[in-house]
Amino acid sequence: MNVHQSLAASRPPEAFPPVAPDVVSKEAMVRFEAVSKTYPAYRGKPSVTALQDIDFAIPRGAITGVIGRSGAGKSSLVRLINGLEKPTTGRVIVDGSDISALSGRELRLAQRSIGMIFQHFNLLSSRTAADNIALPLEIAGWSKAEIAARVSELLDLVDIADKRNRYPSELSGGQKQRIGIARALATRPSVLLSDEATSALDPQTTRSILDLLANINRELGVTIILITHEMSVVRQLAKEVIVLDAGHIVERGHVADIFTHPQHAITQSFLSEVLGDAVPVSLSSRLQQQPTAGGQAVIRVLVRGDGGDRLVARLSRELAIDAALLSARIDEIGGQQVGSLTLGVPGDEAVVARVLSFLVQHRFSAERLGYVA
Amino acid sequence: MSPELINLIIQATGESLFMVAVSASLGTLFGLPIGVFLATSRKGELFAAPAANAILGVIVNATRSTPFIILVVAIIPFTRLVAGTSIGSGAAIVPLTIASTPFIARLVEGAIREVDAGLIETASSFGATPLQVVLKVLIPEALPGLVLSLTLAVVSLLGYSAMVGAVGGGGLGDLGIRYGYQRFMPGMMLAVVVVLIALVQTVQTAGDYLARRVNRRLRHR
Repeated sequence: MNVHQSLAASRPPEAFPPVAPDVVSKEAMVRFEAVSKTYPAYRGKPSVTALQDIDFAIPRGAITGVIGRSGAGKSSLVRLINGLEKPTTGRVIVDGSDISALSGRELRLAQRSIGMIFQHFNLLSSRTAADNIALPLEIAGWSKAEIAARVSELLDLVDIADKRNRYPSELSGGQKQRIGIARALATRPSVLLSDEATSALDPQTTRSILDLLANINRELGVTIILITHEMSVVRQLAKEVIVLDAGHIVERGHVADIFTHPQHAITQSFLSEVLGDAVPVSLSSRLQQQPTAGGQAVIRVLVRGDGGDRLVARLSRELAIDAALLSARIDEIGGQQVGSLTLGVPGDEAVVARVLSFLVQHRFSAERLGYVA
Repeated sequence: MSPELINLIIQATGESLFMVAVSASLGTLFGLPIGVFLATSRKGELFAAPAANAILGVIVNATRSTPFIILVVAIIPFTRLVAGTSIGSGAAIVPLTIASTPFIARLVEGAIREVDAGLIETASSFGATPLQVVLKVLIPEALPGLVLSLTLAVVSLLGYSAMVGAVGGGGLGDLGIRYGYQRFMPGMMLAVVVVLIALVQTVQTAGDYLARRVNRRLRHR
């Protein structure tokens, strides 16, 4: 990657060199070393610590998710990676160079190896699709002929060559983001930062953009960092995830592990959004605190691992208890079952106790929500 | 109206257009960079220089709050220094330029500030120099607003150019005062007003058309 990145600055464009996934270097693409970022007090507003004691390494060639709610420090993280801001303490290493120590011309050169796509696309309304893609190349001082060839290549890559002479106002959100992706890749960056790139798109378009990012990662070997507040995006694309909350990393690891064994409350709340762990309103509105004669107790079971699919059958067979399936959702993530079941069992206290102890025994996390008639 | 008088009107119109064209060009030449600087030099901005921004802002405001007719008289020594005389259309260009520069600067500042800050950040994250951001992002993106601003400036200058007539600056205002007012020729006064109205209409229509042409933001076809 280092070689073709330096080519980008000086040499004419060439076809993408194929990068096999297994030639991924061990050295991290982006590394934060004890990074803190504090914005000083300004005009009566108190100082704000956006990030504190951040340490992580993002592997080369991988897709890594960074997830957090608004205000968690995601934007600061992005601006530290692309060198738009300096850390208050610590170092930010991108592709082997300490971007937090660079300035002026050196910083601008380093920034050319970092591509970036945005939630609101940030295309210039005064330029056509092709000319938008050309912008970073003009900035980098490429010749007209080099730019023309490279832009055509990129339009094909993002599959939007027929729109080359359209202005952004004439394009759909998905088309604009494809232009944004092509523009971000123009100078052959080694890392692509995606800042909420699909948050303004509908689910179907989101899917096609995420597929495109996956292809780009696979075919070009570009390291991708997905900054998002949507777990579904992380789940679809990323291998590893970093969970940010209030300026701290609260959790990180393989996506499958995080999904199946979330430790931090914020992670769990992210998961319940995407996994549909919430109890349906039609059910929760009928819930009562006291059992009624002939009614059912409602038990919610979180499925994080295995065996959720056979739970009803096992209750019937092993405990001879007829459990009604009131709501259920089970997904498979990294070969692991993830989801939740809401069961209705006979409202008798002894039965409920037996069911709960059975569930605990088999390592399901379960709670009694109440009773329904 | 006699052919002599019609000739006078044509000559005066030419003088007015000359004054406006030259002072608008010079005003843009000076006002555009000043406006861009005003729009990009506050704390944390592209060319951050808060002190210079504040000082320049005060100078711009001071010039703009001086009534034009007083400015014309007040700077007569300076006008004489630059133009060699303080009478005539050539000399009138000096106060017209001095008045239009801060006006254009403020209009440019407003147009540039309309550009989405996200675009500045985008270009910066690609490693653009501040100058590249101005030339490749700010000015092209603000172009429709800049065209309308310059149209407004030219229309204002037409009014100012009529005012310099009062102090011997030549042009349509001069004609209107000397013939229409002092020689009691209401026909001449009317003619001057009609020509000015026609000029303003033409300039405004052309400016609107041009601004629409360069606006790619929401183009209905």
